[in-house]
Amino acid sequence: MSDMKFTEDHEWARDEGDDVVVVGITDYAQEQLGELVFVELPEIGSDVSQGDEAAVVESVKAAGEVKSPVSGSIIEVNESLVESPGIVNTDPTGDGWFYKVKMADRSELDGLLDEQSYKDFVAELD
Amino acid sequence: MVSHSEALSRTPLYALHLELGARMVPFAGYEMPVQFQGIIAEHRHTRSAAGLFDVSHMGQLHVSGDGAASALEALMPADIVDLPPGRQRYGLLTSEDGGILDDLMIANAGDHLFMIVNAARKEADLEHLQRHLHQRCTVRALRDRALLALQGPAAASVMARIAPEAAELAFMDSRRLNIGGAECYVSRSGYTGEDGFEISLPAPRAEDFARTLLAQPEVAAVGLGARDSLRLEAGLCLYGHDIDTGTTPVEAALAWAVAKARRPGGARPGGFPGAERILGQLTEGVSRRRVGIRPTGRAPVREGAELIDAQGRHAGTVTSGTFGPSVNGPVAMGYVESAHAAAGATLDALVRGKPLPVEVAALPFVQHRYHRG
Repeated sequence: MSDMKFTEDHEWARDEGDDVVVVGITDYAQEQLGELVFVELPEIGSDVSQGDEAAVVESVKAAGEVKSPVSGSIIEVNESLVESPGIVNTDPTGDGWFYKVKMADRSELDGLLDEQSYKDFVAELD
Repeated sequence: MVSHSEALSRTPLYALHLELGARMVPFAGYEMPVQFQGIIAEHRHTRSAAGLFDVSHMGQLHVSGDGAASALEALMPADIVDLPPGRQRYGLLTSEDGGILDDLMIANAGDHLFMIVNAARKEADLEHLQRHLHQRCTVRALRDRALLALQGPAAASVMARIAPEAAELAFMDSRRLNIGGAECYVSRSGYTGEDGFEISLPAPRAEDFARTLLAQPEVAAVGLGARDSLRLEAGLCLYGHDIDTGTTPVEAALAWAVAKARRPGGARPGGFPGAERILGQLTEGVSRRRVGIRPTGRAPVREGAELIDAQGRHAGTVTSGTFGPSVNGPVAMGYVESAHAAAGATLDALVRGKPLPVEVAALPFVQHRYHRG
């Protein structure tokens, strides 16, 4: 998907238009974490800065954080993850999204990795 | 990571783990499978059918000589002299100040004692035992043996098919059995809270035996991830986390591992390292104690989290914590000040700087289902 950008912390950000970006974690991230058992989402209306911890994930083995790929205001969160964190494992880039953010600065997207760059980055890790 | 893994040891089942698609991680100097299908699925499979665990990283020790049982009692508060042939016990190696050097299983194998000790402690234990006991008995490591655990409610019917004699054992029975030409030590025990078996066998026979077990419809391979959540739900300690040289058996709620015979008024009272402190704590009590901890919410509370009371004062520390698939929620253990040690006491755990409510809980979280015969 060409409208998807990535971070080296294994988050993805998908441009929905109107300065709205959907954020989640990558398939590589969910694979590394293992089965998620807990997700803590940001509050709607709160502001996040690029690189700040916006959400928390816990798997059976470990805790992790979701660092926001972009700055802005949280306008929607995926409440279904609270009851069913495993959705992130089964569909990390679809139904397993975490939150939507109204961007403060569109140009932040330009600094993120495109899909090929992210794939190359992950390939280096293994 | 690559440079580290070169120094890691492998168990005789290493190739089989890779073939089964295991994710391998470094653990106690070994490259071990942390999961195969997934930790939660493996955990549930063990509680509902039978899980096969490779625990070959653990130490297997052979202790022989006329005075072996008596000699070992000089290092452990256990009753080993009266341990009948064909039986095993849980035991603790204690330090001079009453701390725990290791926890272990010890079996009377007839003409010798057979011990299973923790992987991370096996070299230290061997050195400790040889240094203190070399004049009274012979202690050697059985480095050419593998150790498998078959755990779960279907374990007995599986063993009945493959090694009928083993299925006759009751909980904590231990036998030397010939299984398909392999000289094995088989005990009815484990570390999941379920009925099951631990089978020590010659390393070259391990893979064939594991494949035979895995070919049974009830059996699935289980990794260290589920081993941890299973033992935590069962309220069992992990050495180096829930117990160590800084915790005594009484603080660790393991006073039951201090045998009656070794207590004041018993047949052979005291005479083990740290006896004065440990026996004193049995009568005088302790200022802190290991307890179960049940977070009220959904977030796991993990090792190292501080526990505080309603006034915000330090009340304890979490030593193990994860998500318990059978409990279907977070479970933990830790040490709390005695004032907070009763089941039902409420505290807060500090997680990512935020207080999360927890309740002190009776252990185990999941009832043991041992086959007591």
